[in-house]
Amino acid sequence: MKVLVCISHVPDTTSKINFTSDNKEFDKNGVQFVINPYDEFGLTRAIWIKEKQGGTVTVLNVGKAETEPTLRKALAIGADDAIRIDAEPTDAFYVAQQIAAVVKENNYDLVIAGRESIDYNGGQVPGMLAALLKWPFVNGCMGLELDGNKASLIREIDGGKEKLSASLPLVIGGQKGLVEEKDLRIPNMRGIMSARTKPLNVKDATNGDHRTSVGNYEKPAPKSAVKMIDADNIEELVNLLHSEAKVI
Amino acid sequence: MSDNTVQATRFLKGGEFLIRDVSSDEVFIPEDFNEEQRMMAEATTEFIEKEVIPERERFEKKDYDFTLSLMKKAGELGLLGISVAEEYGGLGMDFNTSMLVCDRISGVSGSLSTAYGAHTGIGTLPISLYGTEEQKKKYLPKLATGEWMGAYCLTEPGAGSDANSGKSKAELTADGKHYKINGQKIWISNAGFANLFIVFARIEDDKYLTGFIVERTFDGISFGEEENKLGIRASSTRQVFFNDCLVPVENLLGERNGGFKIAMNALNYGRIKLAVATLDAARRVLTHAVQYGNERKQFGQSITEFGAIQQKLADMATYTWVAESATYRAGQDIENHIARLKEEGASLSESKLKGVEEYAIECAIMKVFASEVGSYVSDEGVQIYGGMGYSADAPMESAYRDVRIARIYEGTNEINRMHSVGMLLKKALKGELDLMSPAMKIGGELMEIPSFDTPDYSELFSEEKEILGKLKKSILMVAGKAVEKYAMQIEEEQELLMAAANMIIEVYAAESALLRAEKLSKQRGEEKTQTEIDMTRLFLYRAVENVGRAGREAIYSFAEGDEQRMLLMGLKRFTKLQNPINVTETRRRIAKRVVEANRYPFTI
Ligand SMILES: Cc1cc2nc3c(=O)[nH]c(=O)nc-3n(C[C@H](O)[C@H](O)[C@H](O)COP(=O)(O)OP(=O)(O)OC[C@H]3O[C@@H](n4cnc5c(N)ncnc54)[C@H](O)[C@@H]3O)c2cc1C
Repeated sequence: MKVLVCISHVPDTTSKINFTSDNKEFDKNGVQFVINPYDEFGLTRAIWIKEKQGGTVTVLNVGKAETEPTLRKALAIGADDAIRIDAEPTDAFYVAQQIAAVVKENNYDLVIAGRESIDYNGGQVPGMLAALLKWPFVNGCMGLELDGNKASLIREIDGGKEKLSASLPLVIGGQKGLVEEKDLRIPNMRGIMSARTKPLNVKDATNGDHRTSVGNYEKPAPKSAVKMIDADNIEELVNLLHSEAKVI
Repeated sequence: MSDNTVQATRFLKGGEFLIRDVSSDEVFIPEDFNEEQRMMAEATTEFIEKEVIPERERFEKKDYDFTLSLMKKAGELGLLGISVAEEYGGLGMDFNTSMLVCDRISGVSGSLSTAYGAHTGIGTLPISLYGTEEQKKKYLPKLATGEWMGAYCLTEPGAGSDANSGKSKAELTADGKHYKINGQKIWISNAGFANLFIVFARIEDDKYLTGFIVERTFDGISFGEEENKLGIRASSTRQVFFNDCLVPVENLLGERNGGFKIAMNALNYGRIKLAVATLDAARRVLTHAVQYGNERKQFGQSITEFGAIQQKLADMATYTWVAESATYRAGQDIENHIARLKEEGASLSESKLKGVEEYAIECAIMKVFASEVGSYVSDEGVQIYGGMGYSADAPMESAYRDVRIARIYEGTNEINRMHSVGMLLKKALKGELDLMSPAMKIGGELMEIPSFDTPDYSELFSEEKEILGKLKKSILMVAGKAVEKYAMQIEEEQELLMAAANMIIEVYAAESALLRAEKLSKQRGEEKTQTEIDMTRLFLYRAVENVGRAGREAIYSFAEGDEQRMLLMGLKRFTKLQNPINVTETRRRIAKRVVEANRYPFTI
């Protein structure tokens, strides 16, 4: 089983978000980057597959050199090798094209991406990738079992779950449920040391087109102060909702 | 001269910082950690956040099993074998990496910190350093993976600071196959669950103790109840009794009569590790304090808007950052020396031993400084929380109690203060460190008329470096005169030794801060190093005041008449600030950075 896990390099969820260059660019200053949490569930699942059924796990990122520590962390957690496609991941279609080119060269049985990246939350790459490869695609995937070249999958749908089956090769957009939070692995020290010697191949980007470009970003208005009203004082609450908040 | 000898003569020897300045390119700063070391630190923090913090109240309920289970998990992650050689199942990482991991694992609770320190430091290390090949093969893999837990039995009811006065006896049995150990050990960390004990006992009327490796399952070993302690409540601490405990002769550690040396060398390690073990606790306390303070409103504003609170935040951040600068600087000096000795052909254990021993002075003063910074920071942390600081439901209360032990174990801070000055004097006497000629020169310098030229201070820190140089001179002047007066009787003048140690500590800490800020500003420009520059200046201001006070106290006490006047004049000249910083404004700027970041802002 050859599994490719697509890894986004995203700001830690506790980061302060700011923009520079006229609100056109995210300010990376002082920001800690991590493996996209959705991808980390997928990576852990991929390692389980390898441990149970044998095979290899390759991790891939489209990004500049600054993302390599994130890839090396994935290697430390247990991936066998890594690929970095040397390009700015600015447009989903462009990124999908880059990944598709690598997949076509390498005969993967399964590509696991996250349902979305928590930085820009585009949620498009795995779908586009599947389309470019003409492979089946299951998004919001929260369960995956493999049997030969058959996959049984569980997808999250509004208010419930959908059970599906598909044949390999396959692209999934994964999320929690592939493994649980408690299953995520802290890289152990030996893993970290061995990451040093595992291959991390840097590839030039292939030609691709950017189908979108960013205008600028806007932050939500800061939350205003909260007024606490005693639970016994319903009258005042009604009063305030009427006279101050003007919602009733 | 070959390149090698240039190198060998250039490195800053232990204690030499008092008489020689180094450039910032030559010192290690925490920002120099490489990606792999950072990843190890991050993984350790992840372990703390995921496995420890959610259940942290178990520590306060004296849940020793919790501590043990965490130690086992730490073992699975490889955190117990960082500095054990690879051939014995460890990772064989360098000294500063082991410091960094110790830093990160120790911040959340003194209970885990103590269990970790007792196991990896004094429990495992003596075997790494002094064990025979068989002993290493037999025990290190078990200790490095956490299959076994280690402990260290030195202290006895009648032998604490005076460790070599222990009464425990080891007697060779008639068949020559065993030592029979009898005695009582007290305050033994990890005793409740340790599988292996490094035990010190005296053979016949030897001058010094001898070390032994004792397994829990050997006959004749028994345990007292868990001690009721102020803090580190889930760290197991018990008495250990040896009643005709039979230990195979092959379990003698090192040489007969060599145990005290083992104990002392393990302590050198233990001390600097303890220093680094207080850092993350201080960072976490500061982070909690500023987060609480930003939320807490009184008189219609966040309490972090009050100058009285900002002052605390600024000092807490500064001292923590300075302690960080100095411990990792010393840590890398140790690592470099280990590498140097290995290159010269010494064995790994020999290099590790001598590498740390060379910087025993720095180890001792960092233990004192960092533990006192930790105490100060947690005390102010309680204060910023106000009434909530006194509540066991908020994190300050346990932090405050836990850090207190750091000033007591691994040699009390008094013992370490005296020890650091004692070692310096010994190095001077042995001719390893020429303190005398620079001290003599100062006498001459004081006779000269001071220059009235306006110096050029345009380059960053040029004035601060001059001040540091003068602080060093203050120490040499005061200590030089004191030694001249008391000669070897100076050992009896403990107050003087305390004063000298305090001066030395301030100078090493201030210099380490300055070198770190300078190196950073060379790398990323002054503008982006503003807070670090401010912290350096704030700390230097403190150092000048403290060196001045300690120096005056000493001079008032041991000198009289003309000599006293002369010394006081010299001290005044050496501790005079030409262009003092605006202390309040400096503190406010530092506090602003902390308040805005809403956490300890200098992640390494
Ligand atoms: C929680 C805890 C865990 C410990 N873990 C271990 C362990 O795992 N293994 C182990 O072997 N030990 C351990 N210890 C023992 C610890 O190292 C000793 O408590 C410490 O060295 C001090 O010895 P003491 O308690 O006998 O105090 P004392 O030596 O009686 O000191 C009392 C006071 O007198 C001062 N004093 C003593 N001698 C002098 C002097 N010559 N000049 C000036 N002042 C002096 C001291 O500084 C101190 O302030 C632990 C202690 C505690 C509390």
